[in-house]
Amino acid sequence: MPFIPDSEEQVARYSRHILLPEVGGKGQKKIGLAKVLIVGAGGLGSPAALYLAAAGVGTIGLIDGDVVDLSNLQRQVIHQTADIGRPKVESAKARILAINPGVAVDTYYTRLTAENALDIIGRYDIVLDGVDNFPAKFLINDACFFARKALVHGGILRFDGRVFTILPGKSACYRCVFKQPPPPGLVASCQEAGVIGALAGVIGTIQATEVLKLILDRGRLLTDRLLDYDARLTRFREIKIARNPKCPLCGEHPDITQLTEHEPEVCAVKTA
Amino acid sequence: MQVTINGKPEAVQGGTILEILKAKDISPQMVAVELNSKILERDELASTVVKDGDAIELLFYMGGGR
Repeated sequence: MPFIPDSEEQVARYSRHILLPEVGGKGQKKIGLAKVLIVGAGGLGSPAALYLAAAGVGTIGLIDGDVVDLSNLQRQVIHQTADIGRPKVESAKARILAINPGVAVDTYYTRLTAENALDIIGRYDIVLDGVDNFPAKFLINDACFFARKALVHGGILRFDGRVFTILPGKSACYRCVFKQPPPPGLVASCQEAGVIGALAGVIGTIQATEVLKLILDRGRLLTDRLLDYDARLTRFREIKIARNPKCPLCGEHPDITQLTEHEPEVCAVKTA
Repeated sequence: MQVTINGKPEAVQGGTILEILKAKDISPQMVAVELNSKILERDELASTVVKDGDAIELLFYMGGGR
């Protein structure tokens, strides 16, 4: 539901936004008209969805093919114990509506694939990466490039997190840094590695802030610079990333000219 | 010689980027390497010789999100 400036309830709900010169009634209206797709309703998607819903983002799309598992609850704060076994997109939708009934929530109880990615992403303005595996991260990066949608990338592992905002064709993309997924078994990626739960909150919330800045067209985005967070040392570091002329996707002579999917699953450092 | 690796000053023997990775027991397939704010191609790792004052970033894959 778009923000209605003459509604007393709406003005009260968003008063702390409206007070900000960077937002105001005009900016809050923009937030209400925005459509944001959150890929993965997990560690990063949870805090991002909670804050974007509270902020009054008019339409939030959620895509995730999993159900809530007991082991998710340590960090996936949008879900609750009673949600175990329920599709994550449904559990997240219920929580979003409890916070802000004005948000329109679209749910896709499926995995993002090369077949559905452009269609789904095409319905939104901004995409937030909250997935837990490399094939999906590359797929999202590529799909956002082809669909020319702004992307806020996030990653977490153990005590380390990372955020990187991508304006396709304008700023460096994920493949400007990482050309392709790592070979299977070399890099710990998901279940087996472990992650400090609160780290997901830090990174997902920074991603949500980037989304709001994109909507408002205010501030300086995390484009062409990668934010690295070391929770062990409580240290943030910024790494400059230039567009790579040899990028296989957005470089001068791209090899990737259509959407394909890397083989799942790179997450092969199995413990079980 | 003195270089900076991931923001930290470090004394290294010199040699190529690939040799520095080997000394740290890092497989080149595990990282993207940025030298003075420019991403290196994987086949440049063996031919790029480090110079005093170089800023090297070793960017590891970070695949989690859930």
